Amino acid sequence: MRSASEASAVETAAEPAIRVEHVSVTYRTSIEKNPTLKTTLMRLGRGERLVSEIKALRDVSFEVPHGTVLGIVGANGAGKSTLMRTIAGILPPTEGRVEVHGRVSTLLALGVGFNRNLSGRENVILGGLAAGLDRDHLEEKYDEIVEFAELEEFMDLPMRAYSSGMYGRLAFSVAVHMDPDILLIDEALSVGDARFRRKSFAKMRELCEQARTILIVSHALGSIRELCDQAVWMHKGTMKLWDAPDAVIDAYTEFLGVREAVIDKEDV
Amino acid sequence: MSTTSTEQSSGAAAAQGASRGRRRAVDDIFGERHVYEPHRVGLPPLGRYARMVWRRRAFALELSRTNMRAQHLNTVFGQLWLLLNPVLLGMVYFLLVDLLRQHSRGFAFFAHLLAGLFLYQIVQTSATDGARSVVKGGRLILNTAFPRTLLPIASVITAFKRFLPTLLVYAPIHLIAGLPVDWQLVYLIPVVALMVIFASGLAMLLSAAQVYFRDLSSFLPYVLRIWLYVSPVLYYYDEVPSKYKPILDVNPLTPILASWSDVLDKGHAPRPGFLLLGVAWAAVAFAAGFLFFVSREREFAVRI
Ligand SMILES: Nc1ncnc2c1ncn2[C@@H]1O[C@H](COP(=O)(O)OP(=O)(O)OP(=O)(O)O)[C@@H](O)[C@H]1O
Ligand SMILES: [Mg+2]
Repeated sequence: MRSASEASAVETAAEPAIRVEHVSVTYRTSIEKNPTLKTTLMRLGRGERLVSEIKALRDVSFEVPHGTVLGIVGANGAGKSTLMRTIAGILPPTEGRVEVHGRVSTLLALGVGFNRNLSGRENVILGGLAAGLDRDHLEEKYDEIVEFAELEEFMDLPMRAYSSGMYGRLAFSVAVHMDPDILLIDEALSVGDARFRRKSFAKMRELCEQARTILIVSHALGSIRELCDQAVWMHKGTMKLWDAPDAVIDAYTEFLGVREAVIDKEDV
Repeated sequence: MSTTSTEQSSGAAAAQGASRGRRRAVDDIFGERHVYEPHRVGLPPLGRYARMVWRRRAFALELSRTNMRAQHLNTVFGQLWLLLNPVLLGMVYFLLVDLLRQHSRGFAFFAHLLAGLFLYQIVQTSATDGARSVVKGGRLILNTAFPRTLLPIASVITAFKRFLPTLLVYAPIHLIAGLPVDWQLVYLIPVVALMVIFASGLAMLLSAAQVYFRDLSSFLPYVLRIWLYVSPVLYYYDEVPSKYKPILDVNPLTPILASWSDVLDKGHAPRPGFLLLGVAWAAVAFAAGFLFFVSREREFAVRI
């Protein structure tokens, strides 16, 4: 396996930024919300096992060349977030192999790694260090991040005092300022008020113009159409279609049975 | 290797990427390469893992600092409280033991008691703080890829930083009690090191276990209390009647705490037997905690 990929590396001059080979991800979760020793012992006593399996990705393979802006669309539960987490190295694949070239910055649906009891400043610093940025670089970027999010006077407050829009703005700002080679964005394009949305859309366009690899998951199909140069339609853990954004979105909306105009109105 | 459909599609994407002139120079992009594969045996390559932990050490330090700030431990009163707490506890235990023993204990025993409590607090803080560390890391774990061992390690760093000032409190008491002061005190350094290594293993073990059993941390205070009682802190190791010795001897903390007492109370090097056992227990605890944690950590993201 290793030698095969090395051989192909010699053949093709440039490696893709992301190579996903036959990846499957299966979640195995216990059904109880809060597993405790007590309930486990009681369950063992009765001889039950409460584990359910969910196949979130099934044998997905693709390559994303450097500099591609890839849009990912699909219904709820199609496996889009799972795919992003696998590429980010957060979830190990159950089967298959993921190879990523470059530093990844993630902006996943749940916000960056924010702890609500810590201040915005502490969260930004901690999140950056965890993501592998070095201290000096982070200090340098900090002001830029805060300025873009327009949250100067809130940075020393604990984040539980933030409104959800403010939360999203900070998350967006952190992710786009981390100078990633590869940016993964999961449903974070439409945060904040209309003005911030316009601003973040402009920022996204700026990033897309640069030679970055960007993966965007969004239900805002208009944004995908405008920003991306490739698109994927995920369906029940598989890749149903990979094509130009227009073609994918047309097929997807037709499948959903909604008129796109309705969706587009809610876009950026 | 890859299917035809993906080859076509990526080929098309590549063509388009190139046509837009987006492709960067190959070299400056290949700085970082990550491969994610299933680990059937459950363990990632340990050498690479250790390097990754080392590279992100700034994160563990910052997390510890932030947590201490959140508990107001960076203020004067916060620090004072931290010192006062074990001193008061030490007084309570001293009175209790003194009472039971009908005034047979001198000030030197108070010094022994305090020193033992201070050292024991490394394990206590690492365990209680560490157990919650991973579960508390919630969103960070869901959204960032980093070696999770840094979370319990940050708790151990906190425990160590809380331990250091207690030495300042202990020093005058040691002098007043007229306990020996000589070069043998350098043995304290390896003894503390053993305690920290042991505590790290324990913190990793507990923090991983807490993901599966969320009520673990509510049992913990009782366990830690009992553990203290069966450790040579509230008494000297040598005065324990031989019929209770076996209990003490299976306690992993006994060799470390007894070594601590050998150096501080008697002023001689720790007995070699204790030192060897202490090294063995610390190594076992660290290896067990680390291996258990690392074999499980890839699952944390879906369990939290
Ligand atoms: N932590 C988890 N534990 C167990 N199952 C999960 C977990 N996260 C997701 N799943 C399951 O995996 C499947 C794919 O989920 P995923 O979050 O990837 O979907 P998605 O495409 O991002 O959906 P959405 O559009 O709603 O964000 C779903 O069936 C979901 O139930
Ligand atoms: Mg999602």
